[in-house]
Order: sequence, then structure tokens, then C-alpha cells
Amino acid sequence: MNTLPQQLANGLFLGSMYGLIAIGYTMVYGIVQLINFAHGEIFMTGGFGALTVYLALPDGISMWIALPAMLVGGALVAVLIAVGAERFAYRPLRGAPRLAPLITAIGLSLALQQLVFNLYPNAKTSRVFPQLPFGPYHLGSITVQSGDVFLIIAAPLCMAVLAFFVRLSRTGRAMQATAQDPDTARLMGIDTNRIIVIAFAIGGLFAAVAGTAYGFKYGNVEYTMGFLAGLKAFTAAVLGGIGNIYGAMLGGLVLGLAEAMATAYIADIPGMQQLGGQGWAPVWAFVLLILVLLIRPQGLLGERVADRA
Amino acid sequence: MTALLQVEDLRVAYGKIEAVKGISFSVEAGQVVTLIGTNGAGKTTTLRTLSGLLKPVGGQILFDGKPLTGVPAHKIVALGLAHSPEGRHIFPRLSIAENLQLGAFLRKDKEGIEQDIQRAYDLFPILGERRKQAAGTLSGGEQQMLAMGRALMSRPKLLMLDEPSMGLSPIMMQKIMATIAELKSQGTTILLVEQNAQAALSLADQGHVMEVGSIVLSGSGQELLHDESVRKAYLGED
Ligand SMILES: Nc1ncnc2c1ncn2[C@@H]1O[C@H](COP(=O)(O)OP(=O)(O)OP(=O)(O)O)[C@@H](O)[C@H]1O
Ligand SMILES: [Mg+2]
Repeated sequence: MNTLPQQLANGLFLGSMYGLIAIGYTMVYGIVQLINFAHGEIFMTGGFGALTVYLALPDGISMWIALPAMLVGGALVAVLIAVGAERFAYRPLRGAPRLAPLITAIGLSLALQQLVFNLYPNAKTSRVFPQLPFGPYHLGSITVQSGDVFLIIAAPLCMAVLAFFVRLSRTGRAMQATAQDPDTARLMGIDTNRIIVIAFAIGGLFAAVAGTAYGFKYGNVEYTMGFLAGLKAFTAAVLGGIGNIYGAMLGGLVLGLAEAMATAYIADIPGMQQLGGQGWAPVWAFVLLILVLLIRPQGLLGERVADRA
Repeated sequence: MTALLQVEDLRVAYGKIEAVKGISFSVEAGQVVTLIGTNGAGKTTTLRTLSGLLKPVGGQILFDGKPLTGVPAHKIVALGLAHSPEGRHIFPRLSIAENLQLGAFLRKDKEGIEQDIQRAYDLFPILGERRKQAAGTLSGGEQQMLAMGRALMSRPKLLMLDEPSMGLSPIMMQKIMATIAELKSQGTTILLVEQNAQAALSLADQGHVMEVGSIVLSGSGQELLHDESVRKAYLGED
């Protein structure tokens, strides 16, 4: 049943989700050199935002109508929280020692979890998420669930739109300039504060798509879902070369694949029987991170720091 | 006639340390004015304050009749003040053409921008030959040309150049200075910061000598060029 092709496919689906979340880490880091450790919770609130919209819609509504509304709702919530975090938590700390925004991020992360835990109805454990009305599909030996179909369509689509936006739009060009040399970008007439807000907003948007995908994939959302997913997506961003959007997606895919392979096959290696299974997945994710950082500290697609100056 | 740029008693500090301690000078339209002085005199600090990257702790800046103090940096270029920063600061991973386009970021006239990019290529042919190349791969002198070309792309009323000859070979330095002279002859108003006092003063209508945050001597370029104390301190004569 769990053939190699199936494991590879699982890795790609999972990796697409990590990649979508990783975009948020990498965009923000690329522009303001800040690790937004609350980004996992922004992903979580995106999932809850989508669920809220679904619950507000009339019973029995077609998922084809509900889906776009859910995405818009999730995006609205996640973008508002991401932009609010920038405006009220991180911006006042710009120029402060690096530790200050880092601690703020961790505090924000806990606060968002507790807010959902305490205020969202029946969110103490997990909330059931609606399912997309198609699938599963069988392609040879691979089974593809509806949530995975959503992921393999949404992730490349989002990525392509982002790539075009960054490369071809005026704002995208301004983002590149700000990432490379913020003071000089201001001399060009670029409002770098606005660019920072846009980076957070794009991160929030992608996180909302990922949060909704998570609900479709696992059938529920939990207030804790942002913790591990966020940590792994951060790993993916570093793996791919933080600051590089293609690296974030690549890092996500590599991480997803590695995780799927490790959880499925490590236990088959003699003497490692106890190390298989889902519980070990984060361990293998971080082992991979450490290995890549030892061999290639700048990440897969990252530039060496000296080249950035 | 009122000056294009009027700086009155400008004071700028980094924390408690005052780097610019109350300087006053002005730039008339069409003039080249130079600030010379030793390392750490406060020249860069002055230019960065004029373009809004630093906030002054005191004094007045009037540009084209409008106060600049309190105006954010990204709005100052729109008023007609362009700044080619010390150390060039081209965008290394963007192409030459993209760097030039960024210099015209606030302009909407596509055709005019294209014409001005062509003009930059005419001024610096090497930039035209390499227009698709990443700017970070250019030599120091070529990067300096790009930084100047980029600053010109906003069609500024005042062009501020911070040490355009820094770190360049004598030939490249001559070329850059000749370009500044050419810009001057076309009527560009320039505020030039230079360590190469000889070259800067030869070009300048007005010069000011800065020492530890103050202007200690002012005069026409020719006067300063022949001033004994300037010759001793900056032109390496004894
Ligand atoms: N970011 C900063 N923080 C603290 N002090 C600074 C900073 N930048 C400059 N200074 C100090 O301010 C003073 C003036 O520096 P500034 O760079 O304006 O000098 P300069 O005349 O441009 O010198 P140079 O010819 O070496 O470029 C110096 O004493 C310098 O050490
Ligand atoms: Mg300087």
C-alpha cells in the first residue's frame, strides 16, 4: 500500500504546504532580516479564518462556492494579523537589538495560540474542517486525496504569481531593491515601510492558503497546528536559502520528501527499528537542516553573505 | 535670488555624539559646490541628512523654497534632490538597466525614462554594452558610473555626489571628474563631496572645508585651491 511512489507523492504534498508557509518567513527575512516566529500562528489563524467563513455560510452550500469565500476569509484574517504584528509589534522595535523582536515574536506566537484557544468556540482540542467534494483519485499505485489535489494546484499557482509579481511589477522591483539595500531604496523614492507591510501581507496570504490546505488535508484545524508546521516551514526556508523565494519552495519540497522517506523507510534499516513513524518526523527534519547547514550554510539557493553587501 | 539649497546651522548627532555641529552653506542653481575635509569630518553625515536618511537635531534645510527637515527620505527625491551615496551602493543583484530604471522609480513618463536611460548609456558607453549584466559584477569604476547615472535618472534639480572618485584608479578618477565637468557644463547643479580636493576645487564654483563637524573655511574653488592652509592640509604640500 505505502509504495515508494506513494511516499514520494506524500512528500510532495506535505512539502508544498511547508513551502507555502516558508514563503512568509523568507519574504520577511529578506526585507527586514527578522525571523517572524509568530508566522506559524498566522498560518493557524488563516485556517481558522477559513473555517469561520464556512460556518457562517448557509448549511449545505456547494463547496465550489464556499471554497473561494473560505480562502478570502482566511486570507483576510491572516493578512490582518501579519500586518498588525508588523505595525504594532515589530516596527516599534526596528533598530533595537535583534533579541527584542525575536522575543516579541515568541510572545506573539503564544498570545495568538491562547487567543484562539480561549475565544474560538470549541477550539480547546480541534475543530472539524469541511472536505472538498471530490477524490480520492487513484493514479497507478498512488492515491491522491482531495486536500492534496488542492495543495498541488494551489502551491505552484501561488508560487508562479509571486514570481511574476516580484520580477515584473513595479512593487516587486521595489521589493528587490529594498531587500538588497534598504537605505538606497529610499533614495530612489521607495517607501520601504510600505514594502515591509507588503512582505508581511504576502506572507499572511500564503499562510492562509496553507492553513486552509491543512484543514482539507487533515480534516480539522487545531490552535496548536502552527507550532510544528511553522518550525518545519522555517527549517524549509533556511534549507532553501533564507531570503530566496524559490529557495523557500524548494526547501519545503525537499523537507517534505525527506520527512516522508524517513518516516517510511528508516525503520527498515537494521538497528533503527525504533526510529520510524510519524513521531520521529520532526527529528529527521531538523537532522536534515543541520546536515545542510554544515555542508552549505547559505542554504540550497542562498547567496553567500559576502555577496549580499 | 534665493539659493536652490539653503542649509542653516545644521546639527546632526549619532546618539550623544554630534557629527555635524552647526554648519551653514548654500547652493545656487547651476553651481557646483564642493565639501572637502578629512575622514570623519561629517561630509557624508551632511549629505545623508539632506536626503532624509538621517534626522537633524537642529537647524534648517530649505530646498527650492521648501523645508526638508521632517520630510521622509523617499519623498525627498520627488522634490528634485538626488543622492549618489558614498560607496556607490548599486543594487548588486539587479541588472544595470534595472538599476537605472530604479533611479526613475517615481517617474511615470515611460518615453522620457527610455530616453534618459539612453542618455546614461551615451554618457557611459560601458553601461550600455553591459545593460543586462548584474550590477554587482561591475568593476568599482563602472559601479560608480552606474551610481551617477542612476542618480541622474530622477532628473534632479540638485545632484549630490559622495566621493565619486573613492577607490578608483587615476585614469578612472579622471574619467569620473571629466564627467562631472561635463554635467556642470550642461547646467546640472551639483553638491560634490570629495577627498580629492585638487580635482574637486578645480571644478567647483564654491568650496567649503569641513573639520570635525564644522565648516572652517569657505571660498570660491579657485580661492581655496590657492589658499595656503588648504594646500598644506589637503593638497599634500608643505
Ligand atoms: N552610523 C554611525 N554611528 C555613529 N557614528 C557615526 C556613524 N556614521 C558616522 N559616524 C561618525 O560621525 C563622524 C562623521 O562621519 P562622516 O561619515 O559624516 O564623515 P566623512 O566626512 O564623510 O568622512 P569620510 O571622508 O571618511 O567619508 C565620524 O566621527 C564618524 O565616526
Ligand atoms: Mg564620507
